[in-house]
Amino acid sequence: MDAIVLQILNGLDKGGAYALIALGLTLAFGTLGVVNFAHGALFMLGAFCAVVFNKLLTLEIVKIDPTRTTPWGSPLEIKTPYVQAMLGDWGKVLIDYSVPVSILLAIPVMLLIGILIERGLIRFFYKRPHADQILVTFGLAIVLQEIVKHFFGANPIAQSAPALFSGSLQITEAIVYPYWRIVYLCFSLVVIGAVFAFLQLTTFGMVVRAGMQDRETVGLLGINIERRFTIVFGLAAIVAGLAGVMYTPIVPPDYHMGMDFLVLSFVVVVVGGMGSLPGAVLAGFLLGILQSFASMNEIKGLLPGIDQIIIYLVAVVVLLVRPRGLLGRKGVMES
Amino acid sequence: MKHTSKLADIALLIGFAIVVALGPIIFTPIGAGYPDLLQKFAIYGIFAIGFNILFGLTGYLSFGHAAFLGVGSYAAVWSFKLLSMDLLPAVAMSVVLAGVLALAIGFVSLRRSGIYFSILTLAFAQMCYNMAYSVLTPITNGETGLRVLRQDPRYLDAAIGYVSPTPSLFGMQITGWTGFYICGAVLVAAFGLSIAIFRSPFGMTLRAIKSNQNRMGYTGYSTRPYLLSAFVISGMFAGLAGALLAATDPLAGAERMQWTASGEVVLMTILGGAGTLLGPVLGTGIIKYFENIFSAYNEAQLKAMFTFVPDGLREPVVKTLSLFVGEGWQLTLGLLFMAVVIFLPGGVMEGINRLIGLKHTPKVRSLGDSPQRDGLGEMVIEEMPTHDRTAEIEKNAAEQQARATAP
Repeated sequence: MDAIVLQILNGLDKGGAYALIALGLTLAFGTLGVVNFAHGALFMLGAFCAVVFNKLLTLEIVKIDPTRTTPWGSPLEIKTPYVQAMLGDWGKVLIDYSVPVSILLAIPVMLLIGILIERGLIRFFYKRPHADQILVTFGLAIVLQEIVKHFFGANPIAQSAPALFSGSLQITEAIVYPYWRIVYLCFSLVVIGAVFAFLQLTTFGMVVRAGMQDRETVGLLGINIERRFTIVFGLAAIVAGLAGVMYTPIVPPDYHMGMDFLVLSFVVVVVGGMGSLPGAVLAGFLLGILQSFASMNEIKGLLPGIDQIIIYLVAVVVLLVRPRGLLGRKGVMES
Repeated sequence: MKHTSKLADIALLIGFAIVVALGPIIFTPIGAGYPDLLQKFAIYGIFAIGFNILFGLTGYLSFGHAAFLGVGSYAAVWSFKLLSMDLLPAVAMSVVLAGVLALAIGFVSLRRSGIYFSILTLAFAQMCYNMAYSVLTPITNGETGLRVLRQDPRYLDAAIGYVSPTPSLFGMQITGWTGFYICGAVLVAAFGLSIAIFRSPFGMTLRAIKSNQNRMGYTGYSTRPYLLSAFVISGMFAGLAGALLAATDPLAGAERMQWTASGEVVLMTILGGAGTLLGPVLGTGIIKYFENIFSAYNEAQLKAMFTFVPDGLREPVVKTLSLFVGEGWQLTLGLLFMAVVIFLPGGVMEGINRLIGLKHTPKVRSLGDSPQRDGLGEMVIEEMPTHDRTAEIEKNAAEQQARATAP
């Protein structure tokens, strides 16, 4: 019993990450009709926003204290981060909380990047077939990845969660659950809720939904749907970026983390149904939990290697049995 | 429909064979005239030719072709271990195994088209890749990679008393120039086969599927067997390439199956020109050549090259350029990828045709609707003859004027 609960919990936070990335992916697909292979790279860029923010915060002043010496006899260097020098104890707290606070940096940066990509590249590909879109965004993903690799190197850069959340929650004797994973799960639920609220409750969201249903009619009503879709693409980039920011304490970011997630999140989108937002969320959590279960020792003993392939297997079965995906709409991407 | 003569095809094949045979001489001036690199050209050329039979003819974009290359490699190494050091059994085993795998994957994947097909093939390839690292470790030897050992049994060799320390073909080593010529001969054969497929009724059916699958259905064609055959054939080409790769370097690893490897063969094909005969080989040559050249440069060499630039400027110039060479070669590759898709969806072949101004090459707007061109860029399906309407309009106007002025 404990093992099952533990696997469900483990699956939930992984599922949260899948759901967030798939949500952004399907948002871009449902509005712009673009298959974005660079979405994983956006996730990675978000993670590196956290890295940059942390680096900025920990820029240091080096003072030499002549009265004290190191064990080697040279004068002791006292390093204090600028932020700490300026803000005192607040600076310390800020550094401790650098990962969650870097959300503030990530939102404008990702919005800007998203809009730049849409206006600069993707809008020229609306009328071209999906194969072209896949290939050009695949190229873009390589470029983004290599730029990040050039500036940050190939090694993962570990980020730490705030001290308050770095421990683990002992639920029962067998179930130990790190606090940060709970935070991540809650965060992903909040972001998903926010995106849905934005689409369901605001006028802007209403127009976007109408545009997803029938773009032409909305255009005929005198609404500049293109511009709104651009902003939606920016929103998708933000969602991917935030997923990346908060994921850094769980897995240290490196330049190819996006690619690893991209394949999975595409599978998630397809299982959920192309262009269906609830489908993406549902499939994200479902596949996350399934993957956790498959990595249980009991099941691995029964079917060796199942943990490696379960997601792809599910995708294949779903695509063949329910070609539209779990919650796919009729008429979207049918061929 | 324009009839392309058999003679032209044979000439193309012979020309191609001559270029391959003279490879060492032709490629020496650009610094690529050594066997290892040329061998790579040939092997990946076969891979790309095979991919082009699927993507170029039917328009089905497979993102999992590296799986067949990987399986071919593993099969070949096992053949070297268990059967014989000779290349023939290895090639036979790889091609058959890759074909069987392609049959299984294709049977399932081809039930869907478009992006779903791409994702299904990608999912299968990732599955193979993950399995090679985990469950199948006894067969694939996991991360270490599968290698040929001296004490392997090699039953066939033992039976006939054939001894060869490294993979060979009838006693000829597959290294150095002999190795290149063996691979080159296979490349020419593969190229000939692809010409034959392009020209056959089968190839024509595949093109028809690409241009309008529904209409093919209405005319009574069941398209799936054709698609499946194309998929299996292209998988077998990949298996063949995998076997040759394993023969030149008898160490098979799972990284050959990774999806970036699948992406690379897509790039090679579209860079050269999907749907053309020569395109894939050309694209392979360009990519492998630049990979070799660019990744060899480092900052010091760049500094030496740019001594003519004034001192103040040299540092930034070298810094920027060093982004793109050496370790940064992948960045150049990505940019190239984007540039080709954006500006030249018809690939280098289209660029060449536009440069020399061959007639009947309309601008290719996307990879999907690239017109059916053959080897040297001739349109197989002729365009509608374009009337020169302006002359007609002028003539009409002049007549009207004449009528108006007439009493």
